[in-house]
Amino acid sequence: MNGSSGGKQTLSDFMQKYKVGAFFQKYTMILALIVVTIVFATWKGKEGMILLPSNITGLIAENAYVFVLATGMLMCILTGGNIDLSVGSVVCFTAAVGCVMMASGINMWLSVLVMLLIGLAIGVFQGFWIAKVRVPAFIATLAGMYAFRGFSNVVLNGYRVDITNQTFLQLFGNGKTSYIPDVMRDLFPNLNGVFTKENAFLTGVIGENFVEKFNVTCMCIALVSALVFVLFRVRKVLVQKKLGISQSVPGQIISMVIIAVLILWIGMKLSSYRGFPMVLIWVALVLGLYAYITTKTAIGRHLYAVGGNEKATALSGVKTRNVYWFAYANIGLLAGLAGILTAGRAKGIDPVYGEGYEMDAIASCFIGGASAYGGTGKVSGMIIGATLMGVINKGMIIVGVDANYQKVVKGIVLLIAVMFDVLSKRQKR
Amino acid sequence: MAKILLEMKNITKTFPGVKALDNVNLQVEEGEIHALVGENGAGKSTLMNVLSGIYPHGTYEGDIIYDGQVCKFSNIKDSEKLGIVIIHQELALVPEMTIGENMYLGNECGHKFAIDWNKTYSEADKYLKMVGLQESSKIQVKTIGTGKQQLVEIAKALAKKAKLLILDEPTSSLNEEDSRALLDLMLSFKKQGMTMIIITHKLNEVSYVADKITVIRDGSTIETIDNHGAEPVSEERIIKGMVGREMTNRFPKRENVRIGDVKMEISHWTVHHPLYPEKKVVDDVSMYVRQGEVVGIYGLMGAGRTELAMSIFGQSYGVNFSGELKLDGKPIKMRKSEADAIKHKIAYVTEDRKGNGLVLSQSIKVNTSLANLDAISNNMVIDGDREYAVAEEYRDKLKIKTPSVEQLVGNLSGGNQQKVLLAKWMFAEPDILLLDEPTRGIDVGAKYEIYCIINDLAAAGKCVVLISSELPEVLGMSDRIYIMNEARIVGEMKAEEATQENIMAAILRSGRGV
Repeated sequence: MNGSSGGKQTLSDFMQKYKVGAFFQKYTMILALIVVTIVFATWKGKEGMILLPSNITGLIAENAYVFVLATGMLMCILTGGNIDLSVGSVVCFTAAVGCVMMASGINMWLSVLVMLLIGLAIGVFQGFWIAKVRVPAFIATLAGMYAFRGFSNVVLNGYRVDITNQTFLQLFGNGKTSYIPDVMRDLFPNLNGVFTKENAFLTGVIGENFVEKFNVTCMCIALVSALVFVLFRVRKVLVQKKLGISQSVPGQIISMVIIAVLILWIGMKLSSYRGFPMVLIWVALVLGLYAYITTKTAIGRHLYAVGGNEKATALSGVKTRNVYWFAYANIGLLAGLAGILTAGRAKGIDPVYGEGYEMDAIASCFIGGASAYGGTGKVSGMIIGATLMGVINKGMIIVGVDANYQKVVKGIVLLIAVMFDVLSKRQKR
Repeated sequence: MAKILLEMKNITKTFPGVKALDNVNLQVEEGEIHALVGENGAGKSTLMNVLSGIYPHGTYEGDIIYDGQVCKFSNIKDSEKLGIVIIHQELALVPEMTIGENMYLGNECGHKFAIDWNKTYSEADKYLKMVGLQESSKIQVKTIGTGKQQLVEIAKALAKKAKLLILDEPTSSLNEEDSRALLDLMLSFKKQGMTMIIITHKLNEVSYVADKITVIRDGSTIETIDNHGAEPVSEERIIKGMVGREMTNRFPKRENVRIGDVKMEISHWTVHHPLYPEKKVVDDVSMYVRQGEVVGIYGLMGAGRTELAMSIFGQSYGVNFSGELKLDGKPIKMRKSEADAIKHKIAYVTEDRKGNGLVLSQSIKVNTSLANLDAISNNMVIDGDREYAVAEEYRDKLKIKTPSVEQLVGNLSGGNQQKVLLAKWMFAEPDILLLDEPTRGIDVGAKYEIYCIINDLAAAGKCVVLISSELPEVLGMSDRIYIMNEARIVGEMKAEEATQENIMAAILRSGRGV
């Protein structure tokens, strides 16, 4: 604001010319993620530990539920900063019903379907109160948070129920079997001869310890994903160029290369451990689907519009109450999926599971740049937010931060993240 | 010559990338009413924010000399201590609180730890009497109308012992009667020796009330006009200074006027207030619009114009509808649904573009397509390229000034926002456009462009209903004029026979008066 002295002027000129402020504003959380990762990766005595294949894999598996719930939460937040406090309890309730069903010998696929449907039904039910009766979302879902925690206890009779169904655990769990098997090695046995410690190139890239058990299938999936991503991005840039949309082409290419390399790097880490985790399939499907919905579809557009200006949206012929209903029905469905993943990872369900999940989801969205007043926020931002939380959690465990202090750190991170967001937006004016 | 109370010397204020004020000079004599005029974004409000300490000393260059002293305000309290009080355009009252609580908010009287409520209310009543408000200071602000709320704001300023009162667009939300009362109040304060600065777009008010008029354009002072001559300064004279050229014609000429058959007709249309169902907000209104016709609806604020338009647009306002709506001669059974209205090719362009019209946090592109997403999507999936092309097309057509259609609407000026709002509804391809105060709060140049768009729409065979509380606008633009008062149509006349006088006469004749 000041900028009257000569030195400051030239600095702000420089900042303006190269859009330094805009860059930082856009990529604050990515930079924070990089800094945090570097801090943990260079921690004295624990160097590089957080980047070990087992830890990268663990990061994904442990945070699968966060990604899924935060996606649903983002839809609610977009409609105007509305949150859903009930998801933790709904996760527990759906998982409880499913586990009890499977324990009594009911077909696993039927159980999974019922879990999803129960989640959806709860979402529709809560959405009804919020959208049609106009009970404030905070209160309606607070009621749900109590009620479904109670129902979980009722269903479980207060005790833990285990899952023994191996297919379920393989598909949604986190055990040794819950990875895509290395079919490429089965198909091409010659590969076993290639991936040896003697192969200097592969040893150099992958690392001596990992080269023999390297999961080729997983790496192929990563290669294909990166390729598809690059193709789509190139097409987008070409179309934009044709239409004359003034987007910086070099910037687009740089970010494309960075993301592609990141995909390959994660792929290599996963391949060096047990391969492609099953849960990542579900998470990737959810994230991809909802990134598409928010950016490309009419209902996605309506979510942003309602959060931005509900009255204007209603006068544009959009049935705004149905947009709220959609958001809450949707988060119910995703809570059902999160319930499945939670039960899979824990190999069962305990009446206290899922407590605080809603807060993790909410924090991820806000750290990821969603506005607390609605109308702005992206799935990509939410992914960064959730990842940042996950890295901090994991990092603190690795470097041995006292468990009591871990929540303190999380709280501080949330506050700082939102503070950055608010400040950078204020500067723009 | 009276003494100079305030002098602002060579004020320069820069925001990142923009010079909002460039060497502005302003002299205000004690006991005068000084008007500050200029187009939107010319820098009037910025100048007043510098004066009142909202932009503290050090963030601008130049000097403020008040009462012979050089002032270095670091916040608004500092300037208020010296009696410089600003009343902002948007009313800053808490609706749930009483008038008295509002007047002393942030300035509570009594002991540090205990408010003296008896003193608060007795003092408040005293100041309310001074502004001519008959209400008790113990009633809630939400129970009184905007005209009275504006008076409360002034009473609040008086309670701060104002010596220099700055009024930023004080009449923008008032009807003509309340506006006139407010201006007369200003004149009576002047007699008691108060100095005032008024910022306004309404040039007739300026020539009525101001002693001197300073014109600001593009962040610089252009001239100061003395208004003490025998004849009041003409509006054309002021406009010339504001836009830097002579505006010979404020309304573009209609060409290709081809008026066709009756397109929409309502008869015995009655609507009730949503909260007080016994009250009629639209009372037995019958009217029609023909193809290619611009129909003006003139009425004072609160006459029921907005309510009429919104009730036609998918019953988006009111309850207990009765009457008949015919399109192309066929009666239409419309449900309470905006989507239905759009399907019947009716568009309502709201008077409140920020509140009801635009999603400020989204881009021009997103706003343009919002009312007609179907046209650019296949099976609910939006075709981004087509959407972009559409937004570009309307940017060109309506001359929206922006670097890109990806620009957030919240960053645009009022005139450009209004154009985006028009673009949105033109893209919805309506046959009937209900334009509610389409030029409110935008500058003269942008108004002219909006008028051109209206003429183009009519030339393309659309029906335009132009609702306005500016008489010259209604007279200058319409083919036919309906006059509304107290929820009823009280007159209808052709443009040729309509004059300011007979329109006002129609309102007066309607019995219940202005």
